[in-house]
Amino acid sequence: MTTRIFGSGIKRREDPRLITGEARYTDDIKLPGVLHMAVVRSPYAHANIVSIDSSVAEAMDGVVAVYTSEDIGDGLAGLPTAWLIPDSDLKTPEHPALAKGKVRYVGDGVAIVLADDRYRAQDAADAVLVEYEELPAVIDPEEAAGEGAPLIHDDVEGNIAFTWAPFDEDASNAVFDAADVVVSERILQQRLLPTAMETRAAMAQYNPATQELTLWCTSQNPHIHRFIISAVTGLNENKVRVIAPEVGGGFGSKIPCYPDEALVSWASIKLGVPVKWTETRSENYLITIHGRDHVQHVEMAASNDGKILGVRSTVYAGMGGYLSTAAPGIPTILHGLLYVGPYTIDSVYCKSIGVMTNGAPTDAYRGAGRPEATFLLERMVDNVAREIGMDPVEVRRKNLIPAFENGYDVAAGLTYDSGDYPAAFEKALGMAGYGDFRRQQKSAKAEGRYLGIGVTAYTEMCGLGPSQVAGAVGFQGGLWESATLRVTPTGKVQALIGASPHGQGSETTLAQIIADELGFPVDDIEVIHGDTTETPMGWGTYGSRTTPVTGAALAQASRKLKDKARVLAAHLMEANEEDIEYADGSFSVKGSPDQAQSIQEVALMAHLAWNMPEGMDPGFEESQFYDPPNFVYPFGTHIAIVEVDAETGEIDLQRYIAVDDCGPQINPEIVAGQIHGGVVQGVAQALCEGVVYDENGQLLTGSMMDYCMPKADMFPNFELGETVTPSPHHPVGVKGVGETGTIASTPTVYNAVLDALAPLGVKQIDMPLTSAKVWGAIQDARS
Amino acid sequence: MWPSKFDYVRAGSVDEALASAADGGKFLAGGHSLLPAMKLRLDAPEQLIDIGRIPELQSISANGGLTIGAAATHDAIATSADVQAMCGALASACGQVGDQGVRNFGTLGGNIAHADPASDPPTVLVAVGANVNIQGADGARSVGAEDFFLGLFETALDDGELITSVSVPDVSDHQSAYIKFPHPASRYAIVGVCVALKMDGAVCDHAHVAVGGATLRAVRCAGAEAALAGTTLDDAAVNAAAEAVKSDIAEDLIGDIAYPEAYRQQMAGVFLKRAIAAAQG
Repeated sequence: MTTRIFGSGIKRREDPRLITGEARYTDDIKLPGVLHMAVVRSPYAHANIVSIDSSVAEAMDGVVAVYTSEDIGDGLAGLPTAWLIPDSDLKTPEHPALAKGKVRYVGDGVAIVLADDRYRAQDAADAVLVEYEELPAVIDPEEAAGEGAPLIHDDVEGNIAFTWAPFDEDASNAVFDAADVVVSERILQQRLLPTAMETRAAMAQYNPATQELTLWCTSQNPHIHRFIISAVTGLNENKVRVIAPEVGGGFGSKIPCYPDEALVSWASIKLGVPVKWTETRSENYLITIHGRDHVQHVEMAASNDGKILGVRSTVYAGMGGYLSTAAPGIPTILHGLLYVGPYTIDSVYCKSIGVMTNGAPTDAYRGAGRPEATFLLERMVDNVAREIGMDPVEVRRKNLIPAFENGYDVAAGLTYDSGDYPAAFEKALGMAGYGDFRRQQKSAKAEGRYLGIGVTAYTEMCGLGPSQVAGAVGFQGGLWESATLRVTPTGKVQALIGASPHGQGSETTLAQIIADELGFPVDDIEVIHGDTTETPMGWGTYGSRTTPVTGAALAQASRKLKDKARVLAAHLMEANEEDIEYADGSFSVKGSPDQAQSIQEVALMAHLAWNMPEGMDPGFEESQFYDPPNFVYPFGTHIAIVEVDAETGEIDLQRYIAVDDCGPQINPEIVAGQIHGGVVQGVAQALCEGVVYDENGQLLTGSMMDYCMPKADMFPNFELGETVTPSPHHPVGVKGVGETGTIASTPTVYNAVLDALAPLGVKQIDMPLTSAKVWGAIQDARS
Repeated sequence: MWPSKFDYVRAGSVDEALASAADGGKFLAGGHSLLPAMKLRLDAPEQLIDIGRIPELQSISANGGLTIGAAATHDAIATSADVQAMCGALASACGQVGDQGVRNFGTLGGNIAHADPASDPPTVLVAVGANVNIQGADGARSVGAEDFFLGLFETALDDGELITSVSVPDVSDHQSAYIKFPHPASRYAIVGVCVALKMDGAVCDHAHVAVGGATLRAVRCAGAEAALAGTTLDDAAVNAAAEAVKSDIAEDLIGDIAYPEAYRQQMAGVFLKRAIAAAQG
């Protein structure tokens, strides 16, 4: 019996090159004659551009050109918004690559400088004189939607880009009117900086002879970048090649197509030489998309005995100065549809108002809409528990959807695929020793120590998604994936995929799926991605979709190849196809085990084509498009135990228990890695991360000196557990796990801290829960 | 990320460094404060005079007290047996600067010349009454640490002057500690407290107390010192000192977006208590 490679925690094949610094990122690629682009960026959040004088800059050593939006003219179309949510009165204000007459956030591009050297480009950028007429700015989305707020786009009245409210408000009101208990809270989902380890970069090379443009860039979805760059430059899509080389993380921030990618493309076309731009960390914090930014007014209705009856919200979602590529879909489709969570809640209502502000554009950030939904749900469940005097675990237990194997319709309109929420819930409680903890908490309090516990049950929709649904909700693309499985004559495998992993370990995971299906040694399988000319079409890596969707395409392509191999093996061994047995990459004839053909031998014979069955084409290669019939819905329960130092307000995260169910785990080590990283990012939102702009729209958290990234010593060793509930509609039963940690952990830790502070009378603190805020809340509650 | 253009010279001796400084520019030792500022174009010196390899600036010598060369690294100071023996709080403070990589490059002279209010070593130097030894074109002078730090990033150094060393008294007969409440983002001090207690049996003969991080410069805290002197450091005395220290620093408080002045002031009291406990521990 051999060990199955599916389920084996083999080491990530990506890591040696990443750890040793050998990986080749966009900025590592050197082209002769390259010009460096620096962008003159607005120091104001909101201002009219009075004049631009580039004469000094143009005369500086090494400077080739300085361009403004006037020079670009109609050479570049505005950047498109690609998620046009329906029935929401959506406005899509023009987003020019360089500001036209007006800047709308600090960092908005005003001019570009092209020089032979990056330093000289920066010197010249500093020498471009821009005269501004400063306008009042607004950052808070609720304020921006209010009376008298400065108007950011003339064609977006009241700064309201959309109002999405697809549920029955009257029905929701009736539930709330009749309920025993209604709890409410204003929840601030603060802006976050995605902070991928590699900042963004783009280099374009236009070949005037062939009229082809090659764009290397930090992209999670090179095929989408190709589509958008083609659209904004006017080049035919088959004349644009987008290459995402090694990409050092994205967390959603490398989904959008930004002005910078369009600008290097335009400049290279204009000048006929390669043009490169690499973002500094300071620029990254100013201009790369931010996440979250909701002001939520949330209510939950319940009965006196703890049955949750309904949830409703009004959400002001800050969009920033322009609508980024997928922005409208995040606080709507990916948010409101999650309002049932893992509970039997029969009534949901969400009114999500997308508001233009003078902050950086927001868009998908790890979890994208679903953390903001899970947080409000879990927060309100704890509030209900406190209001009716019931243990929050009991309230959850009472409301969890019972186990189901194949489809469960919820009030928010989704059909969950499979789940056993109570099993994960009880397992996590067992690992945490919930009852014991409550006793410890009591005795600690007697000593003046404040311990708290937070318990989150969650499910989420990922593995995006059925293309028909994508169309119905206004996503301007499909959400299928495709793959080509190509076996060489010597029996080595190339798996060409349209998705574009950038740190997730998918090269390893996907190879394991193929190895498991086809019997090739896993080390003989290469997973190739990130080049629109080399790989088949795909919609990219985000939304925890690469393993579920690309993985399904590869499993199905593998099965096609295996079917072909079986027929060919039977033919070569002069046996009946029904008598062929397959095990571990070898086809043998039933009853005569000596007679066998390995998959490699079959692959060779398919290439040689000396002796093919009637009607079989030569070669050993299959392609597969896979459009998922439904989303996948991973789930689980996370528990945090904290101690709050009442003297300083510091929070000590003492234990973190995560029980996640993502179906069968292909590589448990990689699953654990995804959960670790996700939990850390989510806990950081609860405890330390948060963008701060001042009243003029200046970014005060412009570096890691002020923007608090999580650090290893803030965390205990995570205690992970799993349950395994396969997805019924997926070829290998797997669900996504890239975002679950981020989705579950923020409310878990937040609720734990508020549980610890409950005896002191503290009921609410805006995130992040810095020691100063916690300490302040304790003082306020005492006074 | 992209500093402005500058010239670079490496000085082989203090005299060479001072001669180069006649043309303007800034001294470069470990570069861990200056270079980030230059990369952000917050500073743009036309010339950098590298003093990082001048042997006489790197030594740490013990002779009744400590003489620490300006270019001695934080790591060298933190791990020096002499420093640990004569001024344990300084070794501790230098060991809490940045991370190991920063401590391997960053120097004491560079640190105090930069005078970041949230830095660790200045608090100890002010507490124990160290002297900063300075060389200029017109000769040498020595300035007490308390008079050296004038304000935010502001020192008694004149243009063209170079710190050559820091003289630190031997306080091995004191119980000392430096305790820091690190800012979660930067790990600089939200508040840093140094105490050095001279005990006479169970009674505290005198105490040195200084606070940094919460203040625009390291502040010697006379009120807290008076509250501790002559007591047995019982709870009443320690609580009185924790109250007094808030007044001692009231004029010099600073805050940031996450940790405002009032919070830091309160925390100075909390961390003074913890520093006293650590010194006695």
